[in-house]
Amino acid sequence: MILIGELSLWVALLMAAWTTTVSFAGARLGRDDLVASGERGIYASFAFILLASMGLWTALLSHDFSFTYVASFTSANLPTLYTLTAFWAGQAGSLLFWALILSLYSAIAVFANRHRNRVLMPYVTGVLGATLLFFVATICFGANPYERLGWVPADGRGLNPQLQNPGMAFHPPNLYLGYVATTIPFAFAIAALITRKLDAEWLAAVRRWSLISWFFLTIGITLGMWWAYVELGWGGYWAWDPVENASFLPWLTGTAFLHSIMVQEKRGMLRKWNVVLVVTTFLLAILGTFITRSGVISSVHSFAQSPVGTWFVGFLAVAVGVTVWLVATRLKDLETKAGLESLLSREAAFLYNNLILVGIAFSVLWGTLFPILSEAVRGTKITVGPPFFNAVNIPLGLTLLLLTGIGPLIAWRRASAANLRRQFAAPAAAGVIALAFLAALGMRAGWALASYALGAFVAMTIVQEFAKGVGARRRLHGEGMAVAFVRLVGRNRRRYGGYIVHAGVVVLFAAFAGLAFKSEHDVTLTTGQAFEATDPYGHKWRFVSQGISQFEALNRQVTAIGLDATRDGRREGVIRSEKRQHVDSRGEATFEPSTEVGILEAPSQDVYVVLAGVRGQDTAELRISFNPLVWWVWYGGMIMAFGGLIVMWPQADPAGGRRGAARAQSGYRTTLDPAGAPAGSA
Amino acid sequence: MKARTKFIVGGAGLFGIAGWLMVTSIRQTGVYYLTPQELSAKVAADSTFYDAGVKVGARVVPGSIQRSPGGIQVAFRVTDGAVTYPVEYRGLIPDTFTDSVDVVVEGRLGRDGTFHATTLLAKCASRYENAPDKYRQTPGYKSAEKRA
Repeated sequence: MILIGELSLWVALLMAAWTTTVSFAGARLGRDDLVASGERGIYASFAFILLASMGLWTALLSHDFSFTYVASFTSANLPTLYTLTAFWAGQAGSLLFWALILSLYSAIAVFANRHRNRVLMPYVTGVLGATLLFFVATICFGANPYERLGWVPADGRGLNPQLQNPGMAFHPPNLYLGYVATTIPFAFAIAALITRKLDAEWLAAVRRWSLISWFFLTIGITLGMWWAYVELGWGGYWAWDPVENASFLPWLTGTAFLHSIMVQEKRGMLRKWNVVLVVTTFLLAILGTFITRSGVISSVHSFAQSPVGTWFVGFLAVAVGVTVWLVATRLKDLETKAGLESLLSREAAFLYNNLILVGIAFSVLWGTLFPILSEAVRGTKITVGPPFFNAVNIPLGLTLLLLTGIGPLIAWRRASAANLRRQFAAPAAAGVIALAFLAALGMRAGWALASYALGAFVAMTIVQEFAKGVGARRRLHGEGMAVAFVRLVGRNRRRYGGYIVHAGVVVLFAAFAGLAFKSEHDVTLTTGQAFEATDPYGHKWRFVSQGISQFEALNRQVTAIGLDATRDGRREGVIRSEKRQHVDSRGEATFEPSTEVGILEAPSQDVYVVLAGVRGQDTAELRISFNPLVWWVWYGGMIMAFGGLIVMWPQADPAGGRRGAARAQSGYRTTLDPAGAPAGSA
Repeated sequence: MKARTKFIVGGAGLFGIAGWLMVTSIRQTGVYYLTPQELSAKVAADSTFYDAGVKVGARVVPGSIQRSPGGIQVAFRVTDGAVTYPVEYRGLIPDTFTDSVDVVVEGRLGRDGTFHATTLLAKCASRYENAPDKYRQTPGYKSAEKRA
């Protein structure tokens, strides 16, 4: 199996090259046989990359330490789950994983469009094949997971303990699923540019892929934050680290695209802009992979520096060059007829939403690349940290939050005074009341107050929309509350799913604002000694050290401390924090000791305990923090992802047409070319 | 005024504000990222670089780490091969901090020549990925090799 896998990788390389060549040739020459061969090439590439991946998994599971990759990331005593997920623990495996997902997505896209978008598809297949070729070539020649060590160690080095966490097992695959899904819209955009078929059709084809990408990126980023919070022990979940920013950038432009696409659908505007957004999102995804993989920017997530970086720069340069040339030569085809009629309109709100999302993306990119830019221009590296990103992005983010409330409710084209009054009277009141209430309670942090006031405003717009919709159904159909709610959402998935996403955004902003009230204490405790502190809500906490224990677990030696926590005299439980020394199967130490954070989780706040060190037999150095509302970050992210799921869930065709066709069209208005309709078997 | 013009004015205003925020916050919070050698050159040329916030990227001198009992305070030396600075740091010490790792310390260089760090980031080339030659250096493997 391992040998088959290794050989399959090389076959996949040939397949990808073949697909690229014959697809473009077939499209140019109008030869359907070549086009069909290209599409079969995509299926074959997927099959062979799948074999190559299964080979690596087999090598990992059979602990074949003759492979550098297996020996570097696993050990005989590593739990099976982490042995499986070690697949993407290193560079070579990650790239193979990229290629695997890309080939899977490509096969799905080719299959789903076997009767549709026939003019575009040869080029789509060609672009997908070329991207796949790049990745497989990078794997074969730059970072091959099947590289041999030349000798067989008795045991592997083991997986980094910080990666032995469920969050880390699932965070990378989600990010990859999100990153890679940007390739399909990119391929369609390039195909549309080449064929000059720049009407709404290609947009319809890519909307769902953009949603899939957005969905997985949202989950991936949320899981990444959760992992950083529970594993890294610095008490936060987002540090504006280059690698974090790299995952955020395509999310921002992807979100912008999902909004601007509606403007093009409804009003025919923004045609150039949408092409640019689709391409930018893909390029940022590639740039993200490049940043994380090349070590070009110093990051705490220091992955190996490797020659693979150069390959990525080359690929990026080619992709940018091709796109710029295509857009420049097709500006005429991208002209829009409709224009903006009024600033008080939904188009305008969406345009500003796009400007802000792109503005945030630009500032994040600028801050991330600033060390390189400043070195190139001024000769010294200047770095910017969280203060820079916060200073720029908090005001922009809050403006975006305001638009989240305005956008969905304001009328298209031109809003009347009556429309504004009807839609925004209650939400504005909710915002003002929230502001007054919190200020009366003594909250003085400006940005936090703004977040909560705007959050209340947006939340009210959402509640109002749901209330209106449910009320209308109850009157018209005489349905009960719950039934009306479910049917309302089920029949208008794009709209109400979107509101659920927005509700998640409100929850996230409220949680972010909670950070303004975070407090930290560095304490030294001996066994039986107590530490008392007041949390941001004014509750009195008391922590009593239960002493330090040392014991051995599956693949580690553990030093643990338990703190008995009481709040206002009521017992809350024991918080445990650990130092772990991981060992291999012969009991020898691997890696540096790692810290396991103790968290007492609650919706109102987390009590976060880090064991910094141990002195003597019974003295522990600890950092105890109160982190308000952190819990809601994870749930806000999940609500957003859930809303996204509702939006992209296939909707049955109300006319009762063929299921496949219904899936294809759900939610947007496309007219299927009769010639493209299925003619039985093809 | 046409809606389009108004929109462009609004957009320009928005970008103006964002740009202004970016420029001012880079000026206020941007930090020089230097090697010890560059830092010593800067200090020699301009004494205001003493007690100014900078970031220094360097390697920990093996054997120089002195942890206070309990491990919340540490003193060590960093070098780039040319210049060496003693560093003092108090706070949570990253798990990956050890001899010969690359660290980034942020803080101020005192006039006594000691670097007072407020943040300590440890990078380890083998953190998520390890080069094969480095891999042979790990203690578990040296002994494994001997036994094999």
